[in-house]
Amino acid sequence: MADEKKGFFRRLVNGLSKTRDNIVAGIDSIFSGFSSIDEDFYEEIEEILIMGDLGVNTTANIISELRAKVKELGIKQPDECKQLLMDSIKAQMDVGETAYEFEEKKSVVLVIGVNGVGKTTFAGKLAGKLKDQGKNVVLAAADTFRAAAGEQLEQWAQRAGVPMIGGQEGADPASVIYDAIAAARARNADVLLCDTAGRLHNKKNLMEELAKINRILNKECPDSHRETLVVLDGTTGQNALSQARQFREVTDITGIVLTKLDGTAKGGIAVAIQSELGIPVKYIGVGESIDDLEKFNAEQFVNALFHVKTEE
Amino acid sequence: MAFESLSDKLQNVFKKLRGKGRLTEEDVKASLKEVKMALLEADVSFKVVKQFIKAVESRAVGQDVMNGLNPAQMVIKIVHEEMISLMGDETTELSLNQGGVTVIMMVGLQGAGKTTTVAKLAGKFKQKGRKPLLAACDVYRPAAIKQLQINGEKQGVEVFAMGDSPSPVEIAKVAYEYAAANRFSVLLLDTAGRLHIDEEMMGELQQIKETVQVDQTVLVVDAMTGQDAVNVAGMFADKVGIDGVILTKMDGDTRGGAALSIKAVTGKPIFYIGMGEKLSDLEQFYPDRMASRILGMGDVLTLIEKAQQDFDEEKAKELEQKIRKATFGFDDYLEQMKQIKNMGGLSSVLSMLPGIGGKMKDLEALVDDRAMDRIEAMILSMTPKERANPDLLNPSRKRRIALGAGVDISEVNKLVKQFEQGRKMMKQMPGMMGGKMGKKGRFKLPF
Repeated sequence: MADEKKGFFRRLVNGLSKTRDNIVAGIDSIFSGFSSIDEDFYEEIEEILIMGDLGVNTTANIISELRAKVKELGIKQPDECKQLLMDSIKAQMDVGETAYEFEEKKSVVLVIGVNGVGKTTFAGKLAGKLKDQGKNVVLAAADTFRAAAGEQLEQWAQRAGVPMIGGQEGADPASVIYDAIAAARARNADVLLCDTAGRLHNKKNLMEELAKINRILNKECPDSHRETLVVLDGTTGQNALSQARQFREVTDITGIVLTKLDGTAKGGIAVAIQSELGIPVKYIGVGESIDDLEKFNAEQFVNALFHVKTEE
Repeated sequence: MAFESLSDKLQNVFKKLRGKGRLTEEDVKASLKEVKMALLEADVSFKVVKQFIKAVESRAVGQDVMNGLNPAQMVIKIVHEEMISLMGDETTELSLNQGGVTVIMMVGLQGAGKTTTVAKLAGKFKQKGRKPLLAACDVYRPAAIKQLQINGEKQGVEVFAMGDSPSPVEIAKVAYEYAAANRFSVLLLDTAGRLHIDEEMMGELQQIKETVQVDQTVLVVDAMTGQDAVNVAGMFADKVGIDGVILTKMDGDTRGGAALSIKAVTGKPIFYIGMGEKLSDLEQFYPDRMASRILGMGDVLTLIEKAQQDFDEEKAKELEQKIRKATFGFDDYLEQMKQIKNMGGLSSVLSMLPGIGGKMKDLEALVDDRAMDRIEAMILSMTPKERANPDLLNPSRKRRIALGAGVDISEVNKLVKQFEQGRKMMKQMPGMMGGKMGKKGRFKLPF
């Protein structure tokens, strides 16, 4: 456990180093650069949070909470605000116990998202992770639209050492899902992991196709635990909120996967999504190799964001 | 539609302004504060927003506005103008060499859409009579080469691949030699997605540039990118050097603030915007039109251009004659529908009209592009005689058509009725068709 924790933290710190540099450099300079808590001080914080992609609403919430606490606790020193601000953001992100019980149950995991966010890569990584845990996994390649999407997942399936069910390019993804369900049954699989085509959330037909896939899974696998994960690109700005909202209309989203957090992406959108939609971020992708997938941990995420050492 | 939410926001701001006869300094400041919020929510870079607001404020507060007869219009005009100047005043085309091979290298983050976009570009060049060659330099992502090969095949463009064992630098070099020897005029290098902070991978791009004479380096950016867009664009510009940008996934509902930021930060033009998953969905980027779109003025210009490009002049003339003589039949109707389809469907045409952008969501239920498919099926189920002379359609014929098209007979009745009404209308106003609009050669659509 200690190892895993360390591993997680190191990865996050590495992955988020840029994020941290940007946000923390700013925040540190505020905490030391101001001698009193005034309007300019709040405005500066606001600016930094917005530049971290937290969004106007979430930033406003955080600031107003901070103001209230500063008043309530009679805080006078800007640096005392740092812990307060962190606690406040943690509170925003905290949606109770994040659930990973699907990893232990017989479950069906549906992976959805817009184009190019890293769904196939995530599906491949998760398959590898579950396989390592000794689970019997079946991958379904329901992206029959994009050129070579099936081949891409096939390579991940080989890396992970799990079987994959696919279809011809242009085939009905629903038929792939049916085949995969049958295959999962025949193999008595623990987890059926379904990769889907990227679709922009404002395309009615594609969203209907997704709703259909969702219905099939509900109908055919009533006893399985259902997990629907929306993959969001960590570099995406406020549109990620719109994506999460729209996908929630056609499926019951149980969690979010935030990818590409190894760049300078601020990852602040994770805060906005948790606070505005209450959907927990469950995994983060911090690289391109099969091990670069981590469970999300709000506490450590915020700590890493502000570069505070966690006890190991 | 891109930017619709931002348009909504700004329109709300300006609604407040319209209510007043005259603008005070406070009014300008208050409204610009809302513009600022809207832009931030649209993911425009914070620094760019600041700059923008400052520029507008310095122009809006004071003489310009106070002397204007309609202060609200004045502010809109200023906001609009500043937005255009922010995005670059003019449209820039991706330029190609006159002789020899023009080498274009596509670069960007993972998942930005390089492989799809490069195939779209190749198709565009092919259309213009060039001979493009696609080179698969992404040796890292599983099945990236295969994806390019499939896309290339769909576009009818040759793809040069050496598998995933040689280095991208080697592939680029050999691809260039191949292109030169086989008289290709454009070589498009599809490179792997990479992080702008990945020194090694960025070094690889530099190496390609040192090995092959790259004429244009194009950065592909996801239009949904947040505040990070300026960092990404800035780093690629610094480390590799870019000549321009293609913004992808603009057909989503992103407010696309990245479009506003990138030019301001890098000084590099946006060449094209990706508007869909079809390999033809690549459009020219017009800063002025995009600014109009942001402001909710609609993109009438794009619509007109699209109409002109897609509408066959000869057929239009023929049609006009037919309408005048009232010999317009179902075949002509079908032709009309095809023209609209070529323009991206009715909903795409409508979304470009002013004032409709924001309301597109409500209209979506009404404008069903599939309804057009049904109409097409009905018309195709008619005999040539019936198409030319709709008066022939008696109940028995209608029943046969309904069966043939797989629709209810009431739909056939509806179609015939609509068609008759349309024809009547046309008969009544032949003057209009040959008048103002006809001379300009625009909008000859009879509905």
